[in-house]
Amino acid sequence: MNQAETHQGPHVASVKLLLVVWVALIFGTWLTVSVTYFDFGAFNIIIGLGIATAKAVLVALYYMHLRWDKPFNAFIFISAFAFLSLMIGLMLMDTSQNQPDMIPGFGAVVESGAAPEMP
Amino acid sequence: MAGSDHSHHNPDLAHHFENMDQQRQSSKLGMWLFLVTEILFFGGLFCAYVVYRVNHPEVFVFGHHFLDKTLGAVNTVVLICSSLTMAWAVRAAQLKQRTILMLMLVLSFVLAGTFLGVKYVEYSHKWHHGLLWASRYAPDAHILAEAGFEVPEAHVEEAVSERAEGAPAGETIPAIEALPVDETTPETPLDEVADPEISKIGPAAAGPAGLATAGDRASAEAERHAVSVDPANARTFFSVYFLMTGLHGIHVILGMIAMLWLMKLTFQGAFDGGHYTKVDNIALYWHVVDLIWIYLFLLMYLID
Amino acid sequence: MAEGHSAVVTPMSGGASGENYLTTGKGPLSWLFTLDHKRISVMYMVCILGSFLLGGVFALLIRTELWSPGATIMTADTYNKMFTLHGAVMIFLFIIPGIPAALGNFVLPLMLGAKDVALPRLNLLSFWCWLAGATVCLVSIVVGAVDTGWTFYTPYSTTTSTAVVSMTLGAFILGFSSIFTGLNFIVTIHTMRPEGMTWFKMPLFLWSLYSTAIIQVLATPVLGITLLLLIAERTLGVGIFDPALGGDPVLYQHFFWFYSHPAVYIMILPAMGIISELVSVFSGKRIFGYRMIAWCSIAIAVLSFLVWGHHLFTSGQSGLLNMIFSALTFTVAIPSAVKVFSWLATMYKGAISLAAPMLYVLSFLFLFAIGGLTGLFLGSLSTDIHLHDTYFVVAHFHYVMFGGTVIAFLGGIHYWWPKMFGRMYSEFWARISAALIFVGFNLTFFTQFVMGSHGMPRRYYNYLEVFKPYHQASTVGSYILGVAFMIMAYYLLHSLVRGEKAPENPWGGATLEWATASPPIATNFEHEMVGLDPYDIDSLRFDRETGNYVRKDPGSIFSKRTGDE
Repeated sequence: MNQAETHQGPHVASVKLLLVVWVALIFGTWLTVSVTYFDFGAFNIIIGLGIATAKAVLVALYYMHLRWDKPFNAFIFISAFAFLSLMIGLMLMDTSQNQPDMIPGFGAVVESGAAPEMP
Repeated sequence: MAGSDHSHHNPDLAHHFENMDQQRQSSKLGMWLFLVTEILFFGGLFCAYVVYRVNHPEVFVFGHHFLDKTLGAVNTVVLICSSLTMAWAVRAAQLKQRTILMLMLVLSFVLAGTFLGVKYVEYSHKWHHGLLWASRYAPDAHILAEAGFEVPEAHVEEAVSERAEGAPAGETIPAIEALPVDETTPETPLDEVADPEISKIGPAAAGPAGLATAGDRASAEAERHAVSVDPANARTFFSVYFLMTGLHGIHVILGMIAMLWLMKLTFQGAFDGGHYTKVDNIALYWHVVDLIWIYLFLLMYLID
Repeated sequence: MAEGHSAVVTPMSGGASGENYLTTGKGPLSWLFTLDHKRISVMYMVCILGSFLLGGVFALLIRTELWSPGATIMTADTYNKMFTLHGAVMIFLFIIPGIPAALGNFVLPLMLGAKDVALPRLNLLSFWCWLAGATVCLVSIVVGAVDTGWTFYTPYSTTTSTAVVSMTLGAFILGFSSIFTGLNFIVTIHTMRPEGMTWFKMPLFLWSLYSTAIIQVLATPVLGITLLLLIAERTLGVGIFDPALGGDPVLYQHFFWFYSHPAVYIMILPAMGIISELVSVFSGKRIFGYRMIAWCSIAIAVLSFLVWGHHLFTSGQSGLLNMIFSALTFTVAIPSAVKVFSWLATMYKGAISLAAPMLYVLSFLFLFAIGGLTGLFLGSLSTDIHLHDTYFVVAHFHYVMFGGTVIAFLGGIHYWWPKMFGRMYSEFWARISAALIFVGFNLTFFTQFVMGSHGMPRRYYNYLEVFKPYHQASTVGSYILGVAFMIMAYYLLHSLVRGEKAPENPWGGATLEWATASPPIATNFEHEMVGLDPYDIDSLRFDRETGNYVRKDPGSIFSKRTGDE
């Protein structure tokens, strides 16, 4: 770690930093697995995604050097996720509205055939 | 303006660049853009995952019983370790520490190999028990019972899921009902049993005349369901599972090939001059492979 | 200062030794393994025009078949294959790589005063990917041409017996070619701009290539995974899209159009960039509304990701999403219209020269306006229900893609031809051919608007007697187009051998590509360039003796930095 990193020169991560991030990532993995033994209802997935995202941010910031990189590189990386969520969001909005009645006459057939039939 | 590594006759400097800094920034920006394409490439599969999981949660709750949480966690740790060694390799290349660089590359390679080994164990287990993608999905009774489902033994043999050929089209379709996970399942939380999550979208049926090609599939499906405990379209889970982990596995293999290439370059002393961009870029790629796995582990193995 | 650079300022210098990029290095291998963006561009150009010819032959066969109802020259099955191949070849092999890879590759580094694109190896890899993808596609055509339509909709594409796997595999590989080109352009524009060229001093063609590249990088991977899923569907039976295995075929349409709608902007945005360059040069005027055009390119690129659902209005997409996508579709009209108005304003009171490239600009404005406005009919839910899957859609698409992109591509070829090959083509025949294309195009496709609004469904082999006059007019139009393209092929090839030597700057463009020799030397420029105002037409004066436009202050475009190498 010398002066060069403050300006144009590339940043060199210290071994200590790499190891601290590693410990945090391992801890995150342990945490994700352990929370699955508790039930938080609808929050299960939110907690899980939250921890996973925290891990992802750690990797991106420190292992991928985004913290010291040009902000534009971070911008394009984030924009990938933005466009992805756009895609998922709009597709989900459509498919979750699928109803048997969307095609007239179709719902009735499904209804009649969908009577519970437990083995 | 020019970085400290500006050199008039640097052999690593391509003719169309003015200085090393410009060259490094270009190649790095290119790599980040490539990573964007990787994210969106996997994004398509994540999208399919989300659409099916939100609309058919019971399929995923059912399916995840057949994934080994421990092996998944082990693989996550393995990949995190390989990320550490790759990040360390970048540091070593920056500091021109050839031996450490070589060591880190070898370690990363071994860890990546370990990951694939564990994956092989998981895949072969599923292969033996018929837990495969849609068209080859035919779980045997043994594995269903092992996961805690009560299976009527006599029916097991018939519970194959080959697509029925030549079934009369347009027939009125018998019931296909999404079955809740069996109550004896030890891992299923109680409230889920009390309020079984079922598909928000009703199953497809033959419907009005003209839409009837679903007929052969639906009757085959119904036949199977009379004897099976899995929810309708449980096979979709395994399709998504194999597609996502399979594509990820291909990326791991590509990463390993890239690591071998870096080892060769290191051996030849290509990084002794501190021109470490290649190591940096491949490390970036490797971290993305790791990032994707972090999410795959959560979304596939840890569903409830 | 000026004296030191006199070798470059003199027309037809071609470098001190008379060498240029075409003569530096001999033999096919020096081309196939070249890292020179200009040679890659020429190879792309040859291959892409070859694909255009192939797609054009398919089109003429389709039109001939439709001369009369029922069988004319082919069976219904062959017809299905023909329209599929016409679409697939034209879209994946010709029009998507067309402007960026063939013209953009040549012009982009020159406009930046750079020696090459930032990642020349990747550029070559992009071309190889194109070759590999095209080969797979051609093999697929021979072994069992697809009949699914170029969109490969499931569930038909998972059940047909034709060669869907190899065709989609070809398109998948072609996707890499497109990604690599786009990625390269973004990096080049970010890191290789010359001294003095800020973002808002870039020529508008570069802005449009930049916006195109954003789409290429963000959207193409989604096509990649979609096609890969389709291949897995057919080979393994993964059942993501196949309803027989519990999949959702409408999801396929979402996936496909998430790429393929932005893809039509991959096609039209660089065309708009060409028009921005040409309209200024041939009106002898500064471009009107530079900043607005630049921002509108970016706006179109972003909005292009928000409108894909308008392809699913009749596919059972939910009512809510139909409304959202319909509303968003209208917003794309705003930046497009801003651009059209800016081009018209540029021409207003300009000294318009009706050289061949400008004839294409005028055609573009006319045809793109029709294509764009009919798009609004299709974006409205109520009218779309009537017009969807009729010839109206076919006509709209061709007015934008042919009347827009292809016309601009032709304008660009005529504009940069002297720079690429150092020869002038016959202006007389070029004008004849441009006029014939305009007439033939309108005859072919305007009749299709009429047919479509009367309910003639697209992709049909047979039709009612009442549509016969329209179909026959359309077929005649397509033959006129065929003749026009043959004339063009003749005079362009003729110019390579017999054409007059082109001066450095025959049209009076102020962008940097006109400041080097025609054709350029292998390293593009002999001196380091600076980025001046790209639309400062007044900085040039016409030299009657040489037919060349020269800078009033010849030294102004060279970097004042002392050469420290």
